[in-house]
Amino acid sequence: MTATKTDNPPGTQRRPAPARRRRRATSVDPIPWWLKLVGALVALYFILPTLFVIPMSFSTASTFQFPPTGFSLKLYENFFTDPTWLASLRTSVLVGVLAASLATVVGTAAAIGLHSLTGRLARLARTLLMVSIVTPSIVIAVAVYISFLKWHLVGTLSGYVLAHAAIGVPFVLVSVTSALSGFDPKLLRASASLGATPIRTFLFVTMPLISRGIVTGAIFAFVTSFDEVVIALFLRAPTFQTLPVQMYNSVTVEIDPTIAASSSLVVVAVTVICLVLFVGNRKSR
Amino acid sequence: MSASTFRTAEPVPASTRAGTQIRLSNVTKDYGLTHPAVDDVSLTIEPGEFMTLLGPSGSGKTTTLNLIAGFETLTTGAISFDGVDVSRLPPHKRNLGMLFQNYALFPHMTVAQNVAYPLRERRMSKPDIARKVAEVLELVQLTGRDGHYPAQLSGGQQQRVALARAIVFGPTALLLDEPLGALDRNLRATLQLEIRRIHREVGSTFVFVTHDQEEAMNLSDRIALFNDGRIEQLGRPEALYRSPETLFTARFLGDSTVFTLSQATGTTAVWEGEVWSVDSRTVSGLVREGRPAALVVRPEDVRIAADRDAVPPDANCAAAIVRDIEYMGAYRTAMLSLGGAGNVMGRARLDALESDLRIGQPVVAWWRVDRQRVVAG
Repeated sequence: MTATKTDNPPGTQRRPAPARRRRRATSVDPIPWWLKLVGALVALYFILPTLFVIPMSFSTASTFQFPPTGFSLKLYENFFTDPTWLASLRTSVLVGVLAASLATVVGTAAAIGLHSLTGRLARLARTLLMVSIVTPSIVIAVAVYISFLKWHLVGTLSGYVLAHAAIGVPFVLVSVTSALSGFDPKLLRASASLGATPIRTFLFVTMPLISRGIVTGAIFAFVTSFDEVVIALFLRAPTFQTLPVQMYNSVTVEIDPTIAASSSLVVVAVTVICLVLFVGNRKSR
Repeated sequence: MSASTFRTAEPVPASTRAGTQIRLSNVTKDYGLTHPAVDDVSLTIEPGEFMTLLGPSGSGKTTTLNLIAGFETLTTGAISFDGVDVSRLPPHKRNLGMLFQNYALFPHMTVAQNVAYPLRERRMSKPDIARKVAEVLELVQLTGRDGHYPAQLSGGQQQRVALARAIVFGPTALLLDEPLGALDRNLRATLQLEIRRIHREVGSTFVFVTHDQEEAMNLSDRIALFNDGRIEQLGRPEALYRSPETLFTARFLGDSTVFTLSQATGTTAVWEGEVWSVDSRTVSGLVREGRPAALVVRPEDVRIAADRDAVPPDANCAAAIVRDIEYMGAYRTAMLSLGGAGNVMGRARLDALESDLRIGQPVVAWWRVDRQRVVAG
């Protein structure tokens, strides 16, 4: 067999080999054409609204019009000069940062605590913490509104922060839990044997190793708070409201096209955050 | 990792040479299962001693090590270091170095940062840390790897970083939890030498956990053989090998041919109609009249003869059939089925004179009376 192969002139025997290899390469993990098509359609469906909003934000019209007429930065000028829009943006950023910080601390602590527990109670606790993801926002909003009325938290900064932190916790819990699954618990023992207290072990060993999960969770919690509208509608005060609530007002009450500019800004901001996260993950891998 | 591995021990200052005595008094750890994981174990590990806790998995050896380290809490009993009770002390206050099977290096820190970790926790000044780290990296022959991350090193190198990290702060004792289990055979042999050398040079107390009897015999001053949460036998490696007290010990360390005796007294042993003479010095103190006993012989003590006439007078013998001959490189062993029924399998290490054995050949296996051991079992 080998003898005939080497005796044959080059080309005659070698030709079938690459063909076989090529066939095998294409058959490994193939993506059928229809799946690619479905993927493309879903992606288009998701970005379609953006394709309308961003051109409209550069329009010169004073009402909603598509296709947009003319080109100007008037709507952006409106957004950055109108105190109502600016105040609501500031509120949203402040609430988002505080709520995300609180959710991150609570969610990380819960994830670490629950990580080493396996009993039925631990599973129950985990489910309870995740419940706000599957509960309709209107249910949470009404519940929050009724209890916050009693506690005089409606329309206050702490009210927004507490409510938004509560819906942000599950995102932190999920991402930190998944980061912990790759964490070797023997490192905790090693650190203790080397003389580190549990707190210092957390600071110098656990936290650096699960930081990606913590950061991912924090950003998700911030974005969740930043675009939350139902709870914020219930909690709003005339002078103290978040950006999504102001947007809602601008279309239902005033029909103000400035919303096109503000939506575009939100879309760009969130996209940038997600890209940073994506690139950061790639680099650390 | 070549010739320098064998360099002679350097003098070590007296202060670091003195080891610590570790005493376990009636230590029990009960998880509430049918049987306690560690059952009333008392053990004194002398200063500077290399003590191995040996046993099959689930025998309680690792739990005992974790109790010494403080990772598990005692159910009852007490543990003391140099007479000071540490039973209630959390692990980070026990000042013990620990080596793990999977190295447990901090993956986000460089070699130097890993080794500096215990010194930083002890608030040592930066120049002192740098000096100590350089010193200990030289001791484990990893100079020049300071800036590498653990993932960039081989398994053997990682374990040596872990070793450096565990001894750099002059711990009370070094606990080793199957540290060579994840390494291949050759590397394991090299690191055994390395661990022995470092034990000699550092001179502190080492407590080593393993299920590998060869490793245990190779390294230890003394071995505590664990079985079912208790210490089956405690002693020097050669004592455990030459004079086992129980069948478990005889079977766990090395190979042995085991004859389950129907009767054993101080002078005779009876097995399948053979009446063997016994030297009372080779009978374990645990053997009792009327309780099960066994006679064990090591393969290197079993000789082969053509018939009973060729057996010397001070020897015991049994009829045997050669079942197989194994070539082990340096020597060969014969697998024998012994006795009339042939239901006891035995091994004999062959020398050059016994090279013409055939498989299936009936022979007589014999051994000198003073090379056998009667154990409880």
